[in-house]
Amino acid sequence: MCSLTIPVASSEILSLENGEQVLLTGKLYTARDAAHKRLIELIDTNNPPPVDLKGQFLYYTGPTPPKPGEVIGSAGPTTSSRMDGYTPKLIAASGLRGIIGKGNRGFAVIEALKKHGCVYFAATGGAGALLGKCVTKARVVCYEDLGPEAIYELEVVDFPAVVAIDVRGGNMYVDGPEEWRERRVGGRG
Amino acid sequence: MKTISFNRIVVAVRELCMRAACGLPPDVLDGLKSALRAEQSPQGKAALAHCIDNAAIAASERVPICQDTGVAVFFVTVGSECSLTGGALSDAINEGCRRGYRDGYLRSSIVNDPLFDRKNTGDNTPALIHYDLVEGDTLTITLLPKGGGSENMSALRMLKPADGKDGIVDFVVETVANAGGNPCPPVIVGVGIGGTADTASLLAKRALLRKIGSHHPEPRYRELEEEILRKVNTTGNGPQGLGGLVTALAVHVETFPCHIASLPVAVNLNCHAARRATIEL
Repeated sequence: MCSLTIPVASSEILSLENGEQVLLTGKLYTARDAAHKRLIELIDTNNPPPVDLKGQFLYYTGPTPPKPGEVIGSAGPTTSSRMDGYTPKLIAASGLRGIIGKGNRGFAVIEALKKHGCVYFAATGGAGALLGKCVTKARVVCYEDLGPEAIYELEVVDFPAVVAIDVRGGNMYVDGPEEWRERRVGGRG
Repeated sequence: MKTISFNRIVVAVRELCMRAACGLPPDVLDGLKSALRAEQSPQGKAALAHCIDNAAIAASERVPICQDTGVAVFFVTVGSECSLTGGALSDAINEGCRRGYRDGYLRSSIVNDPLFDRKNTGDNTPALIHYDLVEGDTLTITLLPKGGGSENMSALRMLKPADGKDGIVDFVVETVANAGGNPCPPVIVGVGIGGTADTASLLAKRALLRKIGSHHPEPRYRELEEEILRKVNTTGNGPQGLGGLVTALAVHVETFPCHIASLPVAVNLNCHAARRATIEL
């Protein structure tokens, strides 16, 4: 298990291989459907983004509200493919280095990850209580009117994730099922 | 005749929402533990261990199991000997839902208009409520908080009667295989067979209310459940779709008579965070 501190050096990003389990520490910015729509509208109209994502990590999550005295509620990943229509443009315009979500990505996203040197990580969907515990600070950066879909800046410590798609396009959502499908058929599973 | 007041229902539904969000049913937790014993892929084992640890944290700290606390789907059976006073039952359930999501610090995940406005209603209402009218003097309310990730992978196919069992098996396995990691596997597969397009979909959703380890009462359908489960678990998708042996924890089939020309089949998937809770009044 390798620990990564965000911002992660380019050399480290390049060396990550799909399937590798990592623990992330540092800053994550959250954004899901509605925030993506707004970010892309800004890019399309040549307006500056409300947050500088260069070299940063984006996390697809819409957390539950914190109880009094808590930092955040439950905060696991949401399905990434809903953002596929926005992601290539966002990566190209922002210089993101990492994206965290769940589930496979489309062809255009994978090409953008490869071209711009960005890694796609999977966090465990449905483990929001556990992942929320890794968050030590949370504040709304913008789009507060979107409620759970606002952009938050989170500080995380030892946030567990898997390298799902690396910068060479190696894809755990393809390689993993292929490997285990064969094992079952071969009777080795 | 038993009298049940509006306020009593509001209070009960409020509690139900909070309880369902934080407590994983014991049969689901057992299913995850069995899955961890069976799983061999390192990523799959890690994900399953996360899910089991997550359930313990959620229960002890009263924090939602998943940040997607769902659309609140209620299944309500109303006994013919129940007299409801003080207001409409649907209004009481919605008010209880509103308070439960607010007071339980659960996420509001409902937008007011599906296409144009998409503005969050801020209190997770309206709930979706299905009613059954039965004999007796009991009002039973079951909540299935349903996450968007798994719901989005639902499918309906109007098969030909000639497609038969193989057509159904192929369609269900294909649906689960294509869903990949999106519905948060290992999933529970709800299959509704028969009725019309709408009833088949509701049967598939209702199938998710069954406990893991339960079977269809008819041996032929029990065998169908087992066959689909075996085949789903050879897709290789595994926990979270990252590769592995356990793609589904269970397959539940529910059936209803249908038209001579039809063989409707619906699939509704539930994530491993398969929350449900029931209250009887």
